[in-house]
Amino acid sequence: MSNVPAELKYTKSHEWVSVEGDTATVGITDHAQDLLGDMVFIELPDVGASFEKGGDCAVVESVKAASDVYSPLSGEVVEVNEALADNPEAVNNEPYASWLFKLKMSDASQLDDMLDAETYSGVAADDSH
Amino acid sequence: MPFVPHTEEDIRVMLETIGVDSIEDLFDEIPKNLRHDLGDEKPLSKVPDGLPESGVGRVMRTRASMDGSPLCFIGAGAYEHHIPAAVWEITTRGEFYSAYTPYQAEASQGTLQLLYEFQTMIASLTGMDVSNGSLYDGASSLAEAVLMSVRANRKSKSKRILMPRSTHPHYRKTTNTIVKNQGITLEELDYDREGGHIDPATLTDEPGDFAALVIPYPNFFGVLEDVDVLTDWAHQHGALVIAVVNPLALGLLKSPAQWGENGADIVCGEGQPLGVPMASGGPYYGIMCCKQALVRQMPGRIVGRTVDMDGKPGYTLTLQAREQHIRRSKATSNICTNQGLMVTASTIHMALLGAEGLKRVAAQSHANKQLLVEKLSAVKGVSIKFNRPSFHEAVLTLDLPVKDVLQSLADNNILGGYSLTEDYPELGNALLVCATETKNETDIELYAEQLQRIFTM
Repeated sequence: MSNVPAELKYTKSHEWVSVEGDTATVGITDHAQDLLGDMVFIELPDVGASFEKGGDCAVVESVKAASDVYSPLSGEVVEVNEALADNPEAVNNEPYASWLFKLKMSDASQLDDMLDAETYSGVAADDSH
Repeated sequence: MPFVPHTEEDIRVMLETIGVDSIEDLFDEIPKNLRHDLGDEKPLSKVPDGLPESGVGRVMRTRASMDGSPLCFIGAGAYEHHIPAAVWEITTRGEFYSAYTPYQAEASQGTLQLLYEFQTMIASLTGMDVSNGSLYDGASSLAEAVLMSVRANRKSKSKRILMPRSTHPHYRKTTNTIVKNQGITLEELDYDREGGHIDPATLTDEPGDFAALVIPYPNFFGVLEDVDVLTDWAHQHGALVIAVVNPLALGLLKSPAQWGENGADIVCGEGQPLGVPMASGGPYYGIMCCKQALVRQMPGRIVGRTVDMDGKPGYTLTLQAREQHIRRSKATSNICTNQGLMVTASTIHMALLGAEGLKRVAAQSHANKQLLVEKLSAVKGVSIKFNRPSFHEAVLTLDLPVKDVLQSLADNNILGGYSLTEDYPELGNALLVCATETKNETDIELYAEQLQRIFTM
């Protein structure tokens, strides 16, 4: 069973979000990294880029596949985790410490549509079948 | 599972859904005179009866002899070079004889090693960090480079590409056909009428946002562009630089990696001059290289070297996550193979010639072109068009219609060059001529004599 911290918000497409003020920090879940396997490359968005909720904004590439990461919320990228360029496997080792980017949210009410830990655990469990 | 073809009912429903009466209607776009007679009981009735092997051999020999063995001074993208006999002798060995990257690639270590060596050689010639295992031909390699530049240039969101008119006209047409439906526009950069190159003085300080500048080297007129200035100018404006090169010329000229302050970003071109014969226009193959930072945007197959579980060297297809069997519609390209046999020949050709050999071929070709231009322009009524240095081709202007002159030369077994009147009408009676290392002084004298004869008639 994968790790799903209770304090985070989730999407069905396996992104996690933690919120501080109007800034949302985004990463991919333990379940997602487990499905993808060993990460070899992470393509991050540009600082200053704006995304709509659900827009593809990053690519995580493992030895098995390259997958899009979808923006869980609408907003503007204010910071990206540059350290992942040299160390993509950090996403495998510590998925909840290895954030991909931070968004300045344009509509915080979108958070209400996100999944809580319990609901996401159900999604991830169904997905594993 | 058995193969189940569509039933009459399936076909009827599908036709009805798209609003067409019959399958034949789907072929309406093909002119009637090219199709078999639909009223005829027998389909394909216009296809002649079969011939025995001996009969086919006779037909092919008759047609081949119609080519004759003219003295060829045409270049324009396909070049006659000496190919050592060993090249195709080795290439056509059973172990190598394959058109593509093999399926079950890792089980074909020999082929992968060869492709790896090919990539190493092309990367050395261009000076770039990485090369792929080849693309289909020079023209489509430029189209792929343009698509790649739009994906890779994250500073500019522009889909505008600056394309010099001195780039091969066929390459420009092919590229436009492939990229236009993706909203990419090719904006022409004009050439200088005296130099045949892009005059750096005409480059504006405010070119607007563009994704990439294409730099042909040598350009279609054989002329060497001012690559350092062009490269730096494009980079200053946030654009990438696509070099479209004759790889043989790079045996002699500065490699694109060294252009300007930071070098070209993507290098593409036609590989034919490296060991592939001029066979009615193909098959040829395309080359593509780039900087390391852009490798994930590069299309095509890439072979990497690694170690197996026992620590021994082994070869593998790498970075496949960019390719369509994994990345589907978001793949960098739908090209998921390479031009295997031509690349095999080229790799063997380059290995036999070596860096020194390639340089000598390039230098001899250049020297022969100098002699050709000198002799031909000595004929009254013939003059050199451009005053800039060129590689193994040059443009001449004639006082007579180019078409008539070429016909008269052809009647005397000389293919005198490529007429520029259709692609570049502004140049008047302009003729593109080429001399490679395959021509000697006698050949060149013969051409000059024939030209002299035509101009004194």
